[in-house]
Amino acid sequence: MLTDLTLTEAQRKLRAGEITAVELTQAHLDRIRALEPALHAFLTVTAERALDAAAGADRRRAAGKDSPLLGIPLAIKDVLATEGVPTTCGSRILEGFLPPYTGTAVQKLFDAGAVMLGKTNTDEFAMGSSTENSGYGVTHNPWDLDRVPGGSSGGSAAAVAARMALGALGTDTGGSVRQPAAFCGTCALKPSYGRVSRYGLIAFASSLDQIGVFGRCAEDLAALLSVIAGHDPRDSTSMDLPVPDYTAALTGDVAGLRIGVPREVFIDGMQPAVEQAIRAAIDQFAALGADIREISLPHTEYGLPVYYIIAPAEASANLARFDGVRYGPRHAQGALWPTYKATRGQGFGAEVKRRIMLGTYALSAGYYDAYYLKAQKVRTLIKQDFDRAFGDVDVIVAPTTPTTAFRIGEKAGDPMQMYLSDVFTLPASLAGIAGASIPCGVDEAGLPVGMQLLGAAFDEPTVLRAAHAYQQVTGWHRRAPAL
Amino acid sequence: MKIDRATVEHIAELAKLDLTDDEIALYAGQLSDILDAVGQLEQLDTGAIPPTASVLPLRNVFRPDRAQPSLPRDAALANAADSAEGQFRVDAVLDDAGEG
Repeated sequence: MLTDLTLTEAQRKLRAGEITAVELTQAHLDRIRALEPALHAFLTVTAERALDAAAGADRRRAAGKDSPLLGIPLAIKDVLATEGVPTTCGSRILEGFLPPYTGTAVQKLFDAGAVMLGKTNTDEFAMGSSTENSGYGVTHNPWDLDRVPGGSSGGSAAAVAARMALGALGTDTGGSVRQPAAFCGTCALKPSYGRVSRYGLIAFASSLDQIGVFGRCAEDLAALLSVIAGHDPRDSTSMDLPVPDYTAALTGDVAGLRIGVPREVFIDGMQPAVEQAIRAAIDQFAALGADIREISLPHTEYGLPVYYIIAPAEASANLARFDGVRYGPRHAQGALWPTYKATRGQGFGAEVKRRIMLGTYALSAGYYDAYYLKAQKVRTLIKQDFDRAFGDVDVIVAPTTPTTAFRIGEKAGDPMQMYLSDVFTLPASLAGIAGASIPCGVDEAGLPVGMQLLGAAFDEPTVLRAAHAYQQVTGWHRRAPAL
Repeated sequence: MKIDRATVEHIAELAKLDLTDDEIALYAGQLSDILDAVGQLEQLDTGAIPPTASVLPLRNVFRPDRAQPSLPRDAALANAADSAEGQFRVDAVLDDAGEG
């Protein structure tokens, strides 16, 4: 089946003339039509536009042209602006919004020849770990429809895991590509903060947000990152650094690579099957000749409280722009301030309101030093932990999540329990470093376990090299859910 | 840290959010729980630690002050709930008594 190809396999077949972009796109649209009623991974499917783009890709190839992603069908998380295509951030407050421009990362995909299949479901404004906070209904995990796909990029993760797209863009503020990749048994990479332009990414927490990629193997992640990485004058936080050849980094060799295992990540309360899978993966790296070293990241436990001050504080400022004036529905009350309050009170969902309240409180007079400034100082300690660790090791291996995918509704009523599912992904976000999640096992119920591979800032090549080498000798990334 | 109803109402006013009575009660409890968990940070002595606002060594970016292509006005207004004469239109900012 065409939908069982990886992105890089599909590229080879397109280049060899064995398949056309229209056939490949139609196969994915057929799969989306068949599975969407059960999964709800998409908020918008742009079928007609996708087939037009695919036909254009085939014409270009027939004319002897090629480009890195020519004719490759992809899914885009619905927090990324796409000109003329609904972009809701999973929120009722942006219902009907048609962006007047396309963001840089998505435009780079288009310029490379990619075909957009549609926009994927997300927790509202990317705030959540399950997609249950979407204003448009939950996405279901392809491995067990009663379970969450993770979040916030749960739609993108489910779409790639269920073979509805060859790859996808997501965004990661505290784990939002790595955690759903782990829950859905697929691969994702959060690049270092500053690696990818965020122009056109609707902001949640500006010092943390980063666009990431989903794929079914390290090779696919490398192909996608190569296209979207790089400096953009429209985003002053995108660094003007050369973009390495990520595919060339995939040597298959990790002999002598120094891999750190932080002692703080094997915590009480972790699901035993997760710990077993991670330890087996570490043994696998050792068998490949890697140099395994125990390390310490002593401030790991503070990642969660630091994140839940900094991210809501930044969100409370960023989300001030949603007031019913320039976009989105307005709940008019006859005077401006009551209109703002009604528009925002009715337009935002429960989790977004909770975080705006928390952030507003943390920034309010008399509490700034105790909460926001304190959190920024502890953020420094967390970053220093990683700086020290990467003096001794090249890559860090850790579980992506303490458990496999939980049931829909299981944590919906308890914010703190929900936040704990990101406990292992938050520190890397706060430090701004590179992090991937790849499948490395299953639990008793057959649910996927994800392994996190962390690298120093801008060292995506080493993260991808380690992931690729592991995938040359293991088959976890090739397992597909039975749908 | 115990967050009471009055504090929730005050924050909601600052954040311009209409909340129902049920939401006020819910957030009072949940914000208290979250801030209790955050209180864990007080265990750390950070007296000599500089804050991290950004992980990047960012500098100001300058460019010549020249007009660049920008969104056409119609496109910028296209998503507005209400517009008139090429501008966003909103409800009265001042009420009849002249108070905001």
